[in-house]
Amino acid sequence: MPDGAVPVLDVRNLKTIFRTRGGEIHAVNSVSFDLKPGELLGVVGESGSGKSVTMMSLIGLLPSPPAEVREGEVLFDGTNLLTTDEETLRKIRGDRIGFVFQDPMTSLNPVFTVGFQIMEPLRKHMGLDKAAARVRAKELLELVGIPDAERRLRDYPHQFSGGMRQRVMIAIALACDPKVLIADEPTTALDVTIQAQILELVKELRQKLGMAIIWITHDLGVIAGIADRVMVMYGGQVVEQAPVKDLFANPQHPYTRALLQTVPSVRGDRADRLRVIEGQPPVLGGPPVACPFRARCTHRFDRCDRENPARRDVGAGHDVACFWDAKTEAPIDG
Amino acid sequence: MADGALKPLVEVRNLKMHFPIFSGILRRRAGEVKAVDGVSFDIFEGETLGLVGESGCGKSTAGRAILRLYDITEGSIRIDGAEIGSQPQDDLRAMRPRMQMVFQDPQASLNPRMSVAGIIGEPLDEHTKLSKSEKLDRIYELMDAVGLNRDFANRYPHEFSGGQRQRIGIARALALNPKFIVCDEPIAALDVSIQAQVVNLLEDLQEKFGLTYLFISHDLSMVRHIADRVAVMYLGKVVELAPRDALYTVPKHPYTEALLSAVPEPDPRLEAKVERIILKGDVPSPANPPKGCNFCTRCPKVMEICRSEEPEFREVAPGHFTACHLHDQTKSQTAGKTAASEAQ
Repeated sequence: MPDGAVPVLDVRNLKTIFRTRGGEIHAVNSVSFDLKPGELLGVVGESGSGKSVTMMSLIGLLPSPPAEVREGEVLFDGTNLLTTDEETLRKIRGDRIGFVFQDPMTSLNPVFTVGFQIMEPLRKHMGLDKAAARVRAKELLELVGIPDAERRLRDYPHQFSGGMRQRVMIAIALACDPKVLIADEPTTALDVTIQAQILELVKELRQKLGMAIIWITHDLGVIAGIADRVMVMYGGQVVEQAPVKDLFANPQHPYTRALLQTVPSVRGDRADRLRVIEGQPPVLGGPPVACPFRARCTHRFDRCDRENPARRDVGAGHDVACFWDAKTEAPIDG
Repeated sequence: MADGALKPLVEVRNLKMHFPIFSGILRRRAGEVKAVDGVSFDIFEGETLGLVGESGCGKSTAGRAILRLYDITEGSIRIDGAEIGSQPQDDLRAMRPRMQMVFQDPQASLNPRMSVAGIIGEPLDEHTKLSKSEKLDRIYELMDAVGLNRDFANRYPHEFSGGQRQRIGIARALALNPKFIVCDEPIAALDVSIQAQVVNLLEDLQEKFGLTYLFISHDLSMVRHIADRVAVMYLGKVVELAPRDALYTVPKHPYTEALLSAVPEPDPRLEAKVERIILKGDVPSPANPPKGCNFCTRCPKVMEICRSEEPEFREVAPGHFTACHLHDQTKSQTAGKTAASEAQ
């Protein structure tokens, strides 16, 4: 990606909390990132790391209450999405930012035909009439590789298999030719052979349509195959961010390094014993006052318990939030 | 693992598990879902047999059928020398302590109203006559074995994380000193960083107690790690069975090849070199499997014979079995001709 390109999406210092009876839960803490045109940004993290909540916050899809986006700025095309009115936001969501969710069964409406659901955004946002929308819907189904598209438009979601439903979801997300596509674990519910089909499709569509994509997943293998840049999240924060090759070749954060060592592979060497990350993921609560990974970290020292590390640059486009310097194997100064 | 000296602990022969489909006003039997359709394999004492396949291939049904959680349609199952395939459920009770199961979803397989001690102790209540204090000692012993803090014995499942809940499920399965445990996707619901913990625990327990596992999973990389031999299922049948290294390096069946190639590689340099076989279409319905070979509708190497004749499951290399016409010496000549004529 050209470094100088103006980002299509610029997120600054995003903070999202949930109000619960047990107090406030700080689910997303000062998350900042940007997305360049045509880029695929992979977001990796375990459940509860805040990756989905971050993306939902961006486009105002979290129910409020209990959720509250407390701080931050989300610049999309010169508009701050966090302060804009609901009407504009709705237009942007339908039109400019597409969304694909994990479970294609629950995100399609079972009582409407697939054709109706693809045509809905076309008619609402693009102002197409019924006939034109139908033609475009058929094109979209063909684009995502569904055979016999004309006839399939009249089918209901339950008549499609899991992989086919996810293709339909992608077709809906692409309907209005969005600038940004946010895909939240789009292949997690699918089998590997179907996942491979969808990944191929996405690579192909990127070339054809040139949109920017945010791809949320917990699967490092998927990331390795499709991402340009990766953001690793842990405990509601970004702990490391780097170009994909750099991240895998030269991980800096103890969590990223441990994570890369713990996943086995079907190729390459086979270890007799899996490396483990001891302990449990953190339970989120009040505002973070220390490093979220400290309880499981092998490099922990006193400063980690007192302060929450800020992100610092360690290379071209590579930053990490850690007080430990992986290169010198010593605490950083200052 | 596969040397002749080892004796099989579990012998499954031609196992079939068909579920009836009823339809119409009179709920007549309209057909059947052939979830498991003629599966045969052995599991040797002390080994881990991995059973892999995609959703709906019948791997979990096979695992449950082997423990007779279903009344099977046909076939024979011998565990530790005793035939259990046709036994009535009441007679199986005495066998149950020797064969146990760890389930996929630790949330759904633990009773939310029972404490940890209650859950782990339940099999002891049912099958042993231990006194209260002996029972508690045994519960503590089991909690130690799976790495749970004894102080948590009176807590309830919802107070634990997914990984810890899975440990409770494992402790319950171990309570009666089983020889054979079916692990049905035991790590599928867990976070990546927790999966390795549970897999290592299962390996430690195997060594300590001499357990034999049937490890059912869709995660091919984890199976490569834990299994000694691996069986691949597709649409109710085992299409390939081989020692682990042979299966992962020289897969014989086109489905195994495609399945392995589809797994993403967690390293961008290697990932770029992976030659991917993208299968077209979806798995056919097990209620209406295709004629001939089950895989013929999606196979990139399909031949004419595959659409009419079902391939036999045969040994093609020592300990390496596959059901594919490509590897059938008696048919390969005609097959070669067909392929050649098709190419013209």
